Amino acid sequence: MRAPAALAVLLALLLTSLALAQNPAPISVVSAAGRRALPATLVNGQEYVSLDDVALFLPLSLREDRQGGLIVTVRGKTIVAPRDRPLVSVDGRVVSLPGPVTRAGTRWLAPIDFLPRALGPVAEQRIEYRRASRLLVLGTVRVPRVTTRLESSGATARVTVEIAPPAGVMTVTDTDRVVVRIDADALDVAPVAGAAAAVAQVRVDQPASLTVLLAPASGEAKTTTSTADTMTRVIIEIAPAGQAPDTSSAAPPQPAAPAPALVLAPAAGGVRTVVIDPGHGGEDAGVKGPGGTLEKQVTLDLAKRLKSVLEARLGVHVVLTRDDDRAVTLDERTATANNAKGHVFVSLHMNGSPAPARTGPAVFFMRLDREGEDTRREAGAQALALPVLGGGTRIIETIRWDLAQARHIEDSQRLAALLAGAFQGRGGAPAPVHPAPLRVLAGLDMPAALFEMGYLTNAEQEKGLATEDVRSLWVQAVYDAVSQFATGPAPAPVPAAPAARERR
Amino acid sequence: MKRTMLFGLAGFTALALLGWGVNVGLQYLGRTSSPDVPVAPTPPPAPTARITATLFYGAPDGLSLAPVRVDVPLAEGAVAQGRQIVRALLQPPPAPYLAVIPRGTTLKALYLTTGGDAFVDLSAEVSTNHPGGTQAELLTVYAIVNAMTTNLQGVQRVQLLIDGREADTVAGHVDVRRPLERDPSLVRQDPPPAVQ
Repeated sequence: MRAPAALAVLLALLLTSLALAQNPAPISVVSAAGRRALPATLVNGQEYVSLDDVALFLPLSLREDRQGGLIVTVRGKTIVAPRDRPLVSVDGRVVSLPGPVTRAGTRWLAPIDFLPRALGPVAEQRIEYRRASRLLVLGTVRVPRVTTRLESSGATARVTVEIAPPAGVMTVTDTDRVVVRIDADALDVAPVAGAAAAVAQVRVDQPASLTVLLAPASGEAKTTTSTADTMTRVIIEIAPAGQAPDTSSAAPPQPAAPAPALVLAPAAGGVRTVVIDPGHGGEDAGVKGPGGTLEKQVTLDLAKRLKSVLEARLGVHVVLTRDDDRAVTLDERTATANNAKGHVFVSLHMNGSPAPARTGPAVFFMRLDREGEDTRREAGAQALALPVLGGGTRIIETIRWDLAQARHIEDSQRLAALLAGAFQGRGGAPAPVHPAPLRVLAGLDMPAALFEMGYLTNAEQEKGLATEDVRSLWVQAVYDAVSQFATGPAPAPVPAAPAARERR
Repeated sequence: MKRTMLFGLAGFTALALLGWGVNVGLQYLGRTSSPDVPVAPTPPPAPTARITATLFYGAPDGLSLAPVRVDVPLAEGAVAQGRQIVRALLQPPPAPYLAVIPRGTTLKALYLTTGGDAFVDLSAEVSTNHPGGTQAELLTVYAIVNAMTTNLQGVQRVQLLIDGREADTVAGHVDVRRPLERDPSLVRQDPPPAVQ
């Protein structure tokens, strides 16, 4: 009995492997809603997708006509696919396809080109298929083309990453890797060209990062980033072990102080959601530097960088209170943070002073007035214990909705102190910490601080903002503070826990 | 004929002498009669009563408020005196202090409550002309709050209104929805110099 059973298992494995060999890898669909897989099937050597699967993310309906063909309706317009003919009529225009739309059981299959060629013109949104990277791009998402080239020159290796069209880039250098984070929704990555002994692997990480893993014996890596009209270029110079990389050939020159390297941190304890608040936006530009730099632009750029770093390194979910240049009221920011049930809130700002020479960071946390102190004292006293079905009690804690921060003052002060201390040893003095009655913090039901990263009214500080080093320093400072906060002592218990919070 | 001419000449001379005498006499009378004519005396300029108030300007370090003793007009009652203090504060500061209240800001109204709260209604320029930044906004708000609570007895808290309405913030940071208490932590602790 054993021999037939083994034969059956082998046969099943063989059939499975044949089936896998016949079906190509799924196509990645990238849209504003995120990324999803679209299964593909090979029919007569052509890649086909099921239109029933497509209907899950595009609004189309399918109907068989009397001749056995298919009628697809999209936003009131029709696509007629005649039976066994490699063409379709799209709203009256004939479009050729590499194969006919065909039926397989109860499912309708169409060549992948059907999507950009036939659905694209009637779907009222961009539908683009990137064949090399197997990406189907829908709508206005950003999917730059990324090409990577490896070269060796003597003992030095160079990795050139080109991103077109240009995109914001942040590089994170570690002892065994360089991570290039690209401000995009997905990457259209071409195969790596060339080879270099100092590079063990070039890996693409979701959603938009490229990780260059260094070979064990390789030395220090140094990165330079430049942006032209058509592309952003990142050059990574890898020196032999024990030598500093020669970056003289890779413009632009590096400043005297090297960019700080991010250090891996342990997982983030009880902190699962971090809210980053890029200050100002839209018509509210915030502080304007003497050279024209706007606070709203700086805070948004740094917030996006922080999101990438915190999510990748700390494994936390990061919510931004705005992710583009639009006006968001202070109440909306508070609501976004509270609705996301954030565990930490950091508001990013650039400072202003009537003294143009004033420089340096400063950190603020909420200061309560008499009313706030009363609210804080009463928060615990007013907790109600209500009986629940099945026995036991449920604690209903009440607190004024616009003074929710009153419950978190000690933790907010600790967060502020960590932010202030993060500059120590990184070329800056510890930042002063001030309690102040700040509007955006008042209603936050989580530890929160407002970080003024520097004075935009200072011309030198404004110039420094344009450099990667300074921006990396600030990102590093916030990252360090949040990771220390997350892995440090647990936040002080709120007056009644576990609590079903109810605001009045 | 000759005699007639002599009489005429003598008569003319006598008339001329009479006229001169009358003129001199009248001039003499004019000088000596002044005590009898009432003449209104020119009053000397009335001295405006002033008090010395402590105002708060931006310190040269750009981080803090400097208390400066300034003479401001004395006014009748706490509300009028409060107006004088705020108006003085809205003037450009003396060197080397820095202006922390945006240019063009005017005082529209001022109210006091019996509970010790003051409401200072400023024109929209305090917001629209503000350069921004948490530090600068703190200095703006507390220059007014500290001046009112320091100089007006009984005023313990100050709420800023903008164009007659309650506001969330002046420039996006400091919560001015409720009356604020004095913040001595923003004040530089040097002794306040006197400025005339």
